[in-house]
Amino acid sequence: MARIIVITSGKGGVGKTTTAAALAMGLAQRGSRTAVIDFDVGLRNLDLIMGCERRVVYDFVNVINHEANLNQALIRDKRCDNLYVLPASQTRDKDALTKEGVGRVLDELSQGFDFIVCDSPAGIEHGATMAMYYADDAVVVTNPEVSSVRDSDRMLGILASKSRRAEANEEPIREFLLLTRYDAARVDNGEMLSVKDVQDILSLNLLGVIPESKAVLNASNAGVPVILDRESDAGLAYGDAVGRYLGEDLPHRFVNAEKKGFFSRLFGG
Amino acid sequence: MGLLDYFRSSQPKGSANMAKERLQILVAHDRAERHRPSYLPNLQREILEVIRKYVDVDMNAVSVNYEQEETHEVLELNIVLPDTVRNRA
Repeated sequence: MARIIVITSGKGGVGKTTTAAALAMGLAQRGSRTAVIDFDVGLRNLDLIMGCERRVVYDFVNVINHEANLNQALIRDKRCDNLYVLPASQTRDKDALTKEGVGRVLDELSQGFDFIVCDSPAGIEHGATMAMYYADDAVVVTNPEVSSVRDSDRMLGILASKSRRAEANEEPIREFLLLTRYDAARVDNGEMLSVKDVQDILSLNLLGVIPESKAVLNASNAGVPVILDRESDAGLAYGDAVGRYLGEDLPHRFVNAEKKGFFSRLFGG
Repeated sequence: MGLLDYFRSSQPKGSANMAKERLQILVAHDRAERHRPSYLPNLQREILEVIRKYVDVDMNAVSVNYEQEETHEVLELNIVLPDTVRNRA
């Protein structure tokens, strides 16, 4: 049986797809058979971030509608044999994702995979609720910024009430906070909410803090999940987050600004 | 950061505190709203209808408040009757 992880946020542009790609790649690299699914029907982007956009033939909606089988639609990652991508449809409508259809596809994937990562669209509409409905775990991606934190809190309410686990009165979804685009220097200057501020408000288990990093745009330009960039702070931070998800106890790096020497503070730079 | 900033940095600074305070209030409010049972507006309307059969009260005269405490929930009804209620009885 696979563990189903939804990557969610409510607000758009906070780094859900970047995170879905990174976590899926990280789990696969550590030896788990992993599938990552794009739930953003009509605005598919996971394939671009994963760098497999030219290999899309069939998509998630084709599988739901029995127009293709799973093996035809799954795209095997060229860098990691354990990783498969199920792209969203670019032409259909969100309503193509039916609860039964999504459940059937996830059931079938569960037979052959250890982890299924669901990349949720922004918002709280149909596509987002479908992405979270069957989840066992949720990673709430949040920027240290007022609207993102508020939307994340709203998402937590929905996770607690509108999921399969909630409806069946089962153990609730495990929720994790992933703080992204974190700028430790601005936090030190009092210009940005700190990790502690966000945790005080959301009180969630902290999966990781991903620093604001040029590596993220570079990685998406190239279609390479940023976790593969082991030279970059963001790549290393995602690597740590995967370790923590798997139960490792790792200290949080990149949450403190680099200390500047007296002279560089005096003369700028 | 230049020389001036270095001396300035000892002053209380930053908008992050404002962000946190605003968020704490907002999130507490959102959560209270979220935990309210969905039947509250209907309950309020029907109670008002019953009362209006007997007393001419204002549409805003009934307030229904719901609070969740640690071990129990409190449903508070507040009805403001008009001064003339004695004369009608």
